[in-house]
Amino acid sequence: MAEPVRAAALYQIRKGYIRFAPAAGTPMPKLRLLALIAAVSVIAGLAAFWLVTLPAVVPAAVLPPYTPNLDNGRTMFDAGGCASCHAVPNKDPAKVDRTRLGGGLVLNSPFGTFYVPNISPDRRDGIGAWSEANFVTALWRGTSPFGTNLYPAFPYTSYQHMRLNDVRDLFAYLKTLPPLPGRVRRHDLSFPFNQRRLLGGWKLLFLRGRPYMDDPSRSAQWNRGAYLVNGPGHCAECHSPRNMLGAIVESERFAGGPTPDGSGWVPNITPLGLQHGDVTWSEKDIASFLGDGMTPSGDFIGGAMAEVIRNTSLLGVDDRAAIAAYIAALPPVQGPTPPPKKQ
Amino acid sequence: MIRTVFAIVMIVLGLSVAIAQEDLIKARKALMKDNGAQAKIAGDMIKGDKPFDLAAAQKVFAAFEDAAAKMPDLYPDSTKSSVGSFAVDDFSPSPKVWEDMADFKARFVKLGADAKAAGASVKDLDSFKAAIGNIGKNDCGGCHETYRLKKS
Repeated sequence: MAEPVRAAALYQIRKGYIRFAPAAGTPMPKLRLLALIAAVSVIAGLAAFWLVTLPAVVPAAVLPPYTPNLDNGRTMFDAGGCASCHAVPNKDPAKVDRTRLGGGLVLNSPFGTFYVPNISPDRRDGIGAWSEANFVTALWRGTSPFGTNLYPAFPYTSYQHMRLNDVRDLFAYLKTLPPLPGRVRRHDLSFPFNQRRLLGGWKLLFLRGRPYMDDPSRSAQWNRGAYLVNGPGHCAECHSPRNMLGAIVESERFAGGPTPDGSGWVPNITPLGLQHGDVTWSEKDIASFLGDGMTPSGDFIGGAMAEVIRNTSLLGVDDRAAIAAYIAALPPVQGPTPPPKKQ
Repeated sequence: MIRTVFAIVMIVLGLSVAIAQEDLIKARKALMKDNGAQAKIAGDMIKGDKPFDLAAAQKVFAAFEDAAAKMPDLYPDSTKSSVGSFAVDDFSPSPKVWEDMADFKARFVKLGADAKAAGASVKDLDSFKAAIGNIGKNDCGGCHETYRLKKS
Protein backbone atom coordinates (compact mmCIF):
# COMPACT_ATOMS: atom_id res chain seq x y z
CA MET A 1 0.00 0.00 0.00
CA ALA A 2 1.33 3.48 -0.78
CA GLU A 3 2.33 5.49 2.28
CA PRO A 4 -0.22 8.30 2.05
CA VAL A 5 -3.11 5.87 1.52
CA ARG A 6 -1.96 3.84 4.52
CA ALA A 7 -1.65 6.89 6.70
CA ALA A 8 -5.11 8.02 5.67
CA ALA A 9 -6.62 4.63 6.47
CA LEU A 10 -5.00 4.54 9.92
CA TYR A 11 -6.23 8.07 10.65
CA GLN A 12 -9.79 7.13 9.75
CA ILE A 13 -9.73 3.95 11.85
CA ARG A 14 -8.35 5.86 14.83
CA LYS A 15 -11.01 8.51 14.46
CA GLY A 16 -13.74 5.91 14.33
CA TYR A 17 -14.93 6.70 10.83
CA ILE A 18 -14.40 3.10 9.87
CA ARG A 19 -16.08 0.73 12.26
CA PHE A 20 -15.47 -2.96 12.84
CA ALA A 21 -18.43 -3.53 15.06
CA PRO A 22 -22.04 -3.18 14.03
CA ALA A 23 -23.88 -0.24 15.39
CA ALA A 24 -25.86 -0.96 18.56
CA GLY A 25 -29.24 -2.48 17.82
CA THR A 26 -28.27 -4.15 14.54
CA PRO A 27 -28.49 -7.98 14.38
CA MET A 28 -25.21 -10.01 14.47
CA PRO A 29 -23.94 -10.69 10.92
CA LYS A 30 -24.45 -14.28 9.70
CA LEU A 31 -20.77 -14.97 9.30
CA ARG A 32 -20.00 -14.14 12.90
CA LEU A 33 -22.88 -16.32 14.12
CA LEU A 34 -21.61 -19.23 12.10
CA ALA A 35 -18.12 -18.74 13.48
CA LEU A 36 -19.49 -18.77 17.01
CA ILE A 37 -21.49 -21.94 16.42
CA ALA A 38 -18.44 -23.60 14.91
CA ALA A 39 -16.26 -22.66 17.87
CA VAL A 40 -18.78 -23.91 20.41
CA SER A 41 -19.20 -27.18 18.49
CA VAL A 42 -15.48 -27.79 18.41
CA ILE A 43 -15.18 -27.14 22.13
CA ALA A 44 -18.20 -29.32 22.88
CA GLY A 45 -16.79 -32.07 20.65
CA LEU A 46 -13.45 -31.99 22.40
CA ALA A 47 -15.14 -32.09 25.79
CA ALA A 48 -17.28 -35.04 24.71
CA PHE A 49 -14.21 -36.85 23.40
CA TRP A 50 -12.45 -36.19 26.67
CA LEU A 51 -15.36 -37.54 28.68
CA VAL A 52 -15.96 -40.56 26.51
CA THR A 53 -12.31 -41.55 26.49
CA LEU A 54 -11.71 -41.30 30.23
CA PRO A 55 -9.50 -44.36 30.75
CA ALA A 56 -11.64 -47.10 32.25
CA VAL A 57 -10.46 -48.53 35.53
CA VAL A 58 -11.34 -51.65 37.48
CA PRO A 59 -11.70 -50.48 41.09
CA ALA A 60 -10.29 -52.60 43.89
CA ALA A 61 -13.70 -52.74 45.54
CA VAL A 62 -15.07 -55.12 42.90
CA LEU A 63 -12.37 -57.73 43.55
CA PRO A 64 -13.60 -60.31 46.09
CA PRO A 65 -11.08 -61.79 48.56
CA TYR A 66 -9.06 -64.51 46.87
CA THR A 67 -6.10 -66.79 47.51
CA PRO A 68 -4.07 -66.99 44.28
CA ASN A 69 -2.89 -70.27 42.77
CA LEU A 70 0.76 -69.86 41.79
CA ASP A 71 0.81 -73.01 39.63
CA ASN A 72 -2.00 -71.65 37.53
CA GLY A 73 -0.23 -68.30 37.51
CA ARG A 74 2.77 -70.00 35.96
CA THR A 75 0.53 -71.65 33.34
CA MET A 76 -0.98 -68.27 32.47
CA PHE A 77 2.55 -66.84 32.28
CA ASP A 78 3.53 -69.53 29.75
CA ALA A 79 0.28 -69.35 27.80
CA GLY A 80 0.40 -65.56 27.82
CA GLY A 81 3.94 -65.47 26.50
CA CYS A 82 4.86 -62.65 28.89
CA ALA A 83 8.56 -63.54 28.87
CA SER A 84 8.75 -63.36 25.09
CA CYS A 85 8.29 -59.61 25.16
CA HIS A 86 9.15 -58.58 28.71
CA ALA A 87 12.25 -60.64 29.52
CA VAL A 88 15.63 -58.96 29.09
CA PRO A 89 16.59 -59.76 25.48
CA ASN A 90 19.59 -61.80 24.41
CA LYS A 91 21.17 -62.03 20.95
CA ASP A 92 20.44 -65.77 21.16
CA PRO A 93 16.74 -66.05 22.07
CA ALA A 94 17.33 -69.53 23.50
CA LYS A 95 19.55 -67.96 26.18
CA VAL A 96 16.88 -65.54 27.47
CA ASP A 97 16.14 -65.97 31.20
CA ARG A 98 12.35 -66.11 31.36
CA THR A 99 12.28 -65.01 34.99
CA ARG A 100 14.08 -61.71 34.47
CA LEU A 101 11.37 -59.37 33.22
CA GLY A 102 13.41 -56.18 33.02
CA GLY A 103 12.08 -55.30 29.56
CA GLY A 104 14.08 -53.58 26.85
CA LEU A 105 13.01 -55.51 23.77
CA VAL A 106 12.59 -53.24 20.74
CA LEU A 107 9.35 -53.67 18.77
CA ASN A 108 9.13 -51.99 15.39
CA SER A 109 5.66 -51.20 14.08
CA PRO A 110 3.98 -49.03 11.44
CA PHE A 111 3.36 -46.45 14.20
CA GLY A 112 6.91 -46.15 15.44
CA THR A 113 9.15 -48.05 17.84
CA PHE A 114 7.97 -49.52 21.13
CA TYR A 115 10.38 -50.27 23.97
CA VAL A 116 8.94 -53.02 26.13
CA PRO A 117 8.75 -51.97 29.80
CA ASN A 118 10.07 -53.55 32.96
CA ILE A 119 7.36 -55.65 34.63
CA SER A 120 9.56 -57.24 37.26
CA PRO A 121 8.37 -56.73 40.86
CA ASP A 122 10.80 -53.82 41.31
CA ARG A 123 8.92 -51.21 43.34
CA ARG A 124 10.30 -48.22 41.50
CA ASP A 125 11.01 -49.38 37.95
CA GLY A 126 8.63 -52.34 37.58
CA ILE A 127 5.20 -53.33 38.85
CA GLY A 128 6.21 -53.92 42.46
CA ALA A 129 4.06 -51.04 43.70
CA TRP A 130 1.04 -52.07 41.63
CA SER A 131 -2.10 -53.30 43.36
CA GLU A 132 -4.04 -56.28 42.10
CA ALA A 133 -6.68 -53.92 40.76
CA ASN A 134 -3.99 -52.03 38.84
CA PHE A 135 -2.94 -55.26 37.14
CA VAL A 136 -6.49 -56.32 36.31
CA THR A 137 -7.12 -52.82 34.93
CA ALA A 138 -4.05 -53.09 32.71
CA LEU A 139 -5.01 -56.46 31.24
CA TRP A 140 -8.76 -55.86 30.99
CA ARG A 141 -8.95 -52.15 30.16
CA GLY A 142 -5.51 -51.29 28.85
CA THR A 143 -5.13 -48.54 31.44
CA SER A 144 -2.03 -47.88 33.53
CA PRO A 145 -2.06 -47.20 37.31
CA PHE A 146 -1.54 -43.53 36.46
CA GLY A 147 -4.83 -43.49 34.56
CA THR A 148 -3.15 -43.25 31.15
CA ASN A 149 -3.89 -45.50 28.20
CA LEU A 150 -1.52 -48.36 27.38
CA TYR A 151 -0.63 -49.02 23.75
CA PRO A 152 -2.23 -52.16 22.29
CA ALA A 153 1.22 -53.38 21.36
CA PHE A 154 0.53 -54.86 24.78
CA PRO A 155 -2.24 -57.19 23.58
CA TYR A 156 -4.93 -56.35 26.12
CA THR A 157 -7.38 -56.79 23.24
CA SER A 158 -6.83 -60.51 23.91
CA TYR A 159 -6.00 -60.43 27.61
CA GLN A 160 -9.38 -58.73 28.23
CA HIS A 161 -10.89 -62.22 27.71
CA MET A 162 -8.94 -63.73 30.59
CA ARG A 163 -10.93 -64.78 33.62
CA LEU A 164 -10.48 -62.70 36.76
CA ASN A 165 -8.91 -65.47 38.84
CA ASP A 166 -6.46 -66.33 36.09
CA VAL A 167 -5.36 -62.69 35.97
CA ARG A 168 -4.98 -62.62 39.76
CA ASP A 169 -3.00 -65.88 39.70
CA LEU A 170 -0.72 -64.45 37.01
CA PHE A 171 -0.13 -61.30 39.07
CA ALA A 172 0.77 -63.38 42.10
CA TYR A 173 3.19 -65.46 40.03
CA LEU A 174 4.85 -62.36 38.57
CA LYS A 175 5.43 -61.06 42.09
CA THR A 176 7.51 -64.18 42.87
CA LEU A 177 10.04 -63.37 40.13
CA PRO A 178 13.23 -61.41 40.90
CA PRO A 179 12.91 -57.59 40.98
CA LEU A 180 15.14 -55.87 38.44
CA PRO A 181 16.04 -52.20 38.65
CA GLY A 182 16.14 -50.11 35.50
CA ARG A 183 13.38 -48.19 33.78
CA VAL A 184 13.12 -48.72 30.02
CA ARG A 185 13.05 -45.61 27.78
CA ARG A 186 9.82 -44.16 26.43
CA HIS A 187 8.38 -45.31 23.13
CA ASP A 188 9.43 -43.46 19.98
CA LEU A 189 6.21 -42.81 18.10
CA SER A 190 5.32 -40.19 15.50
CA PHE A 191 2.48 -37.70 15.92
CA PRO A 192 -0.44 -38.34 16.45
CA PHE A 193 0.35 -41.85 17.72
CA ASN A 194 2.31 -40.43 20.64
CA GLN A 195 -0.88 -38.90 22.07
CA ARG A 196 -2.04 -41.51 24.58
CA ARG A 197 -5.39 -39.82 25.07
CA LEU A 198 -6.30 -40.57 21.46
CA LEU A 199 -6.07 -44.27 22.31
CA GLY A 200 -9.29 -43.68 24.22
CA GLY A 201 -11.00 -43.34 20.86
CA TRP A 202 -9.26 -46.45 19.60
CA LYS A 203 -10.40 -48.42 22.62
CA LEU A 204 -13.95 -47.17 22.20
CA LEU A 205 -13.93 -48.62 18.70
CA PHE A 206 -11.98 -51.81 19.23
CA LEU A 207 -11.89 -52.85 22.91
CA ARG A 208 -15.29 -54.22 23.64
CA GLY A 209 -14.83 -57.65 25.06
CA ARG A 210 -15.48 -59.44 28.30
CA PRO A 211 -13.93 -62.45 29.98
CA TYR A 212 -14.45 -65.59 27.93
CA MET A 213 -17.76 -67.39 28.43
CA ASP A 214 -17.97 -71.13 27.76
CA ASP A 215 -20.07 -72.21 24.80
CA PRO A 216 -22.27 -74.95 26.27
CA SER A 217 -22.83 -76.53 22.87
CA ARG A 218 -19.10 -77.33 22.61
CA SER A 219 -16.93 -79.80 24.50
CA ALA A 220 -14.93 -78.84 27.57
CA GLN A 221 -11.75 -79.40 25.59
CA TRP A 222 -12.87 -77.04 22.80
CA ASN A 223 -13.82 -74.39 25.35
CA ARG A 224 -10.46 -74.69 27.07
CA GLY A 225 -8.76 -74.31 23.69
CA ALA A 226 -10.95 -71.35 22.78
CA TYR A 227 -10.07 -69.70 26.08
CA LEU A 228 -6.34 -70.30 25.80
CA VAL A 229 -6.20 -69.12 22.18
CA ASN A 230 -8.40 -66.02 22.49
CA GLY A 231 -7.31 -65.03 26.01
CA PRO A 232 -3.75 -65.50 27.21
CA GLY A 233 -2.49 -67.11 23.99
CA HIS A 234 -3.40 -64.03 21.93
CA CYS A 235 -2.68 -66.03 18.76
CA ALA A 236 -4.90 -63.86 16.56
CA GLU A 237 -2.79 -60.79 17.37
CA CYS A 238 -0.14 -62.09 14.96
CA HIS A 239 -2.19 -64.45 12.81
CA SER A 240 -4.69 -61.82 11.59
CA PRO A 241 -4.55 -58.87 9.20
CA ARG A 242 -4.98 -55.36 10.63
CA ASN A 243 -6.66 -52.21 9.33
CA MET A 244 -5.08 -48.77 8.99
CA LEU A 245 -5.75 -47.99 12.64
CA GLY A 246 -3.89 -51.11 13.67
CA ALA A 247 -6.92 -53.11 14.80
CA ILE A 248 -7.60 -56.68 13.74
CA VAL A 249 -9.88 -57.09 10.73
CA GLU A 250 -12.51 -59.17 12.51
CA SER A 251 -13.81 -60.96 9.42
CA GLU A 252 -10.31 -62.30 8.76
CA ARG A 253 -9.27 -63.27 12.26
CA PHE A 254 -6.71 -66.10 12.18
CA ALA A 255 -6.42 -65.83 8.38
CA GLY A 256 -2.84 -64.57 8.40
CA GLY A 257 -1.19 -61.23 7.75
CA PRO A 258 2.12 -59.34 7.83
CA THR A 259 4.35 -59.65 10.90
CA PRO A 260 3.99 -56.72 13.32
CA ASP A 261 7.19 -55.12 12.05
CA GLY A 262 6.15 -55.67 8.45
CA SER A 263 9.21 -57.74 7.55
CA GLY A 264 7.57 -61.11 7.00
CA TRP A 265 4.33 -63.02 6.83
CA VAL A 266 2.33 -64.88 9.47
CA PRO A 267 0.36 -67.78 7.99
CA ASN A 268 -3.36 -68.43 7.85
CA ILE A 269 -4.18 -70.96 10.59
CA THR A 270 -7.80 -71.55 9.65
CA PRO A 271 -8.38 -74.79 7.71
CA LEU A 272 -7.87 -72.82 4.46
CA GLY A 273 -4.32 -72.19 5.59
CA LEU A 274 -3.56 -75.51 7.25
CA GLN A 275 -4.83 -77.66 4.39
CA HIS A 276 -3.17 -76.81 1.11
CA GLY A 277 -1.37 -78.84 -1.49
CA ASP A 278 0.58 -81.69 0.02
CA VAL A 279 0.65 -80.10 3.46
CA THR A 280 -2.31 -81.00 5.65
CA TRP A 281 -2.27 -80.41 9.39
CA SER A 282 -4.34 -82.79 11.49
CA GLU A 283 -5.42 -81.88 14.99
CA LYS A 284 -2.74 -84.28 16.25
CA ASP A 285 -0.14 -82.54 14.07
CA ILE A 286 -1.04 -79.17 15.59
CA ALA A 287 -0.84 -80.46 19.16
CA SER A 288 2.48 -82.17 18.53
CA PHE A 289 3.85 -79.07 16.76
CA LEU A 290 3.08 -76.91 19.80
CA GLY A 291 5.20 -79.27 21.86
CA ASP A 292 8.40 -79.35 19.79
CA GLY A 293 7.99 -77.14 16.72
CA MET A 294 7.97 -80.03 14.23
CA THR A 295 5.74 -79.50 11.20
CA PRO A 296 4.02 -82.44 9.44
CA SER A 297 6.77 -82.44 6.78
CA GLY A 298 9.51 -82.93 9.37
CA ASP A 299 10.75 -79.33 9.35
CA PHE A 300 11.34 -77.53 12.65
CA ILE A 301 9.74 -74.11 12.62
CA GLY A 302 11.94 -71.03 12.75
CA GLY A 303 11.14 -67.35 12.53
CA ALA A 304 8.89 -65.73 15.11
CA MET A 305 6.96 -68.93 15.77
CA ALA A 306 10.02 -70.56 17.34
CA GLU A 307 9.56 -68.22 20.30
CA VAL A 308 5.90 -69.21 20.60
CA ILE A 309 6.91 -72.88 20.77
CA ARG A 310 9.23 -71.98 23.67
CA ASN A 311 6.08 -71.02 25.56
CA THR A 312 3.60 -73.65 24.37
CA SER A 313 6.09 -76.45 24.95
CA LEU A 314 5.89 -75.60 28.66
CA LEU A 315 2.13 -76.08 28.83
CA GLY A 316 0.55 -79.37 29.80
CA VAL A 317 -0.14 -81.86 27.02
CA ASP A 318 -3.89 -81.49 27.66
CA ASP A 319 -3.73 -77.74 27.12
CA ARG A 320 -1.86 -78.18 23.83
CA ALA A 321 -4.45 -80.74 22.76
CA ALA A 322 -7.20 -78.26 23.63
CA ILE A 323 -5.56 -75.48 21.60
CA ALA A 324 -5.23 -77.89 18.67
CA ALA A 325 -8.87 -78.93 18.95
CA TYR A 326 -9.98 -75.29 18.79
CA ILE A 327 -7.67 -74.31 15.93
CA ALA A 328 -8.57 -77.38 13.87
CA ALA A 329 -12.24 -76.51 14.27
CA LEU A 330 -11.96 -72.88 13.16
CA PRO A 331 -14.22 -71.96 10.23
CA PRO A 332 -12.20 -71.74 6.99
CA VAL A 333 -11.44 -68.10 6.14
CA GLN A 334 -9.68 -66.74 3.07
CA GLY A 335 -7.17 -64.22 4.30
CA PRO A 336 -5.03 -61.62 2.53
CA THR A 337 -2.48 -62.82 -0.03
CA PRO A 338 1.13 -62.44 1.02
CA PRO A 339 3.17 -60.10 -1.20
CA PRO A 340 5.53 -61.95 -3.57
CA LYS A 341 9.09 -62.02 -2.23
CA LYS A 342 11.71 -60.69 -4.62
CA GLN A 343 13.78 -63.50 -6.16
CA MET B 1 45.49 -65.47 -29.65
CA ILE B 2 46.69 -65.12 -26.06
CA ARG B 3 43.72 -62.87 -25.31
CA THR B 4 41.33 -65.52 -26.63
CA VAL B 5 42.95 -68.17 -24.45
CA PHE B 6 42.81 -65.83 -21.47
CA ALA B 7 39.13 -65.08 -22.08
CA ILE B 8 38.27 -68.76 -22.39
CA VAL B 9 40.18 -69.58 -19.19
CA MET B 10 38.33 -66.82 -17.28
CA ILE B 11 34.96 -67.99 -18.56
CA VAL B 12 35.69 -71.58 -17.61
CA LEU B 13 36.93 -70.50 -14.17
CA GLY B 14 33.87 -68.31 -13.69
CA LEU B 15 31.56 -71.11 -14.73
CA SER B 16 33.25 -73.61 -12.44
CA VAL B 17 32.96 -71.18 -9.55
CA ALA B 18 29.28 -70.79 -10.32
CA ILE B 19 28.83 -74.54 -10.61
CA ALA B 20 30.78 -75.08 -7.40
CA GLN B 21 28.56 -72.56 -5.63
CA GLU B 22 25.48 -74.30 -6.95
CA ASP B 23 26.87 -77.64 -5.83
CA LEU B 24 27.36 -76.33 -2.31
CA ILE B 25 23.86 -74.92 -2.17
CA LYS B 26 22.44 -78.19 -3.53
CA ALA B 27 24.45 -80.16 -0.97
CA ARG B 28 23.18 -78.01 1.90
CA LYS B 29 19.58 -78.37 0.87
CA ALA B 30 19.97 -82.11 0.38
CA LEU B 31 21.41 -82.58 3.88
CA MET B 32 18.65 -80.50 5.45
CA LYS B 33 15.94 -82.25 3.43
CA ASP B 34 17.31 -85.55 4.63
CA ASN B 35 17.21 -84.28 8.21
CA GLY B 36 13.59 -83.36 7.63
CA ALA B 37 12.77 -86.81 6.32
CA GLN B 38 14.36 -88.38 9.39
CA ALA B 39 12.52 -85.93 11.64
CA LYS B 40 9.26 -86.93 9.98
CA ILE B 41 9.97 -90.57 10.82
CA ALA B 42 10.62 -89.45 14.39
CA GLY B 43 7.40 -87.43 14.39
CA ASP B 44 5.34 -90.44 13.26
CA MET B 45 6.65 -92.43 16.20
CA ILE B 46 6.12 -89.58 18.66
CA LYS B 47 2.55 -88.96 17.52
CA GLY B 48 1.82 -92.65 17.79
CA ASP B 49 1.17 -93.13 14.08
CA LYS B 50 3.95 -95.70 13.86
CA PRO B 51 5.25 -98.06 16.57
CA PHE B 52 8.49 -97.12 18.30
CA ASP B 53 11.53 -98.73 16.68
CA LEU B 54 14.84 -98.30 18.49
CA ALA B 55 16.97 -98.87 15.39
CA ALA B 56 15.01 -96.27 13.44
CA ALA B 57 15.30 -93.86 16.36
CA GLN B 58 19.06 -94.22 16.47
CA LYS B 59 19.22 -93.76 12.71
CA VAL B 60 17.49 -90.39 13.12
CA PHE B 61 20.19 -89.19 15.49
CA ALA B 62 22.96 -90.59 13.29
CA ALA B 63 21.61 -88.61 10.34
CA PHE B 64 21.52 -85.42 12.43
CA GLU B 65 25.10 -86.05 13.56
CA ASP B 66 26.26 -86.62 9.99
CA ALA B 67 24.61 -83.44 8.74
CA ALA B 68 26.03 -81.45 11.66
CA ALA B 69 29.54 -82.54 10.69
CA LYS B 70 29.17 -81.62 7.01
CA MET B 71 27.09 -78.42 7.09
CA PRO B 72 29.55 -75.83 8.51
CA ASP B 73 31.89 -76.08 5.49
CA LEU B 74 29.11 -75.50 2.98
CA TYR B 75 28.72 -71.76 3.63
CA PRO B 76 31.76 -70.01 2.17
CA ASP B 77 31.51 -66.31 1.31
CA SER B 78 31.11 -67.21 -2.34
CA THR B 79 27.61 -68.52 -1.62
CA LYS B 80 26.36 -65.28 -0.05
CA SER B 81 24.31 -64.65 -3.17
CA SER B 82 21.92 -67.35 -2.00
CA VAL B 83 20.51 -64.96 0.62
CA GLY B 84 16.92 -64.13 -0.26
CA SER B 85 16.87 -66.47 -3.23
CA PHE B 86 13.83 -68.75 -3.21
CA ALA B 87 14.39 -70.25 -6.64
CA VAL B 88 14.62 -73.85 -5.44
CA ASP B 89 12.32 -73.94 -2.42
CA ASP B 90 10.79 -71.71 0.26
CA PHE B 91 13.96 -71.22 2.30
CA SER B 92 17.22 -69.31 2.09
CA PRO B 93 19.98 -68.48 4.54
CA SER B 94 19.74 -65.21 6.43
CA PRO B 95 22.56 -62.67 5.96
CA LYS B 96 23.21 -63.26 9.66
CA VAL B 97 25.01 -66.50 8.71
CA TRP B 98 27.94 -64.50 7.40
CA GLU B 99 27.59 -61.71 9.97
CA ASP B 100 28.17 -64.18 12.77
CA MET B 101 29.80 -67.23 11.18
CA ALA B 102 31.39 -68.34 14.47
CA ASP B 103 28.05 -68.66 16.24
CA PHE B 104 26.45 -70.25 13.14
CA LYS B 105 29.11 -72.96 13.03
CA ALA B 106 28.87 -73.47 16.78
CA ARG B 107 25.19 -74.37 16.34
CA PHE B 108 26.21 -77.39 14.27
CA VAL B 109 28.79 -78.43 16.83
CA LYS B 110 26.03 -78.42 19.45
CA LEU B 111 23.62 -80.29 17.19
CA GLY B 112 26.25 -82.95 16.57
CA ALA B 113 27.01 -83.33 20.26
CA ASP B 114 23.33 -83.47 21.24
CA ALA B 115 22.54 -85.98 18.50
CA LYS B 116 25.48 -88.18 19.46
CA ALA B 117 24.43 -88.17 23.13
CA ALA B 118 20.81 -88.86 22.24
CA GLY B 119 21.74 -91.73 19.92
CA ALA B 120 23.72 -93.35 22.71
CA SER B 121 21.13 -92.90 25.43
CA VAL B 122 17.75 -93.36 23.72
CA LYS B 123 16.02 -96.52 24.86
CA ASP B 124 12.24 -96.10 24.67
CA LEU B 125 9.50 -93.80 23.36
CA ASP B 126 9.63 -91.46 26.34
CA SER B 127 13.37 -90.87 26.17
CA PHE B 128 13.01 -90.50 22.40
CA LYS B 129 10.28 -87.86 22.79
CA ALA B 130 12.40 -85.93 25.26
CA ALA B 131 15.49 -86.05 23.07
CA ILE B 132 13.67 -85.04 19.88
CA GLY B 133 11.90 -82.28 21.77
CA ASN B 134 15.18 -80.87 23.04
CA ILE B 135 17.09 -81.14 19.75
CA GLY B 136 14.14 -80.02 17.63
CA LYS B 137 13.25 -77.01 19.71
CA ASN B 138 16.70 -75.77 20.70
CA ASP B 139 19.08 -76.96 17.97
CA CYS B 140 16.94 -77.13 14.85
CA GLY B 141 14.35 -74.49 15.72
CA GLY B 142 16.83 -72.21 17.44
CA CYS B 143 19.08 -72.08 14.41
CA HIS B 144 16.15 -71.69 11.99
CA GLU B 145 14.84 -68.84 14.12
CA THR B 146 17.95 -66.73 13.60
CA TYR B 147 19.72 -67.99 10.50
CA ARG B 148 17.01 -69.06 8.08
CA LEU B 149 14.58 -66.98 6.01
CA LYS B 150 11.24 -68.23 4.78
CA LYS B 151 9.55 -67.07 1.61
CA SER B 152 6.31 -65.29 2.53
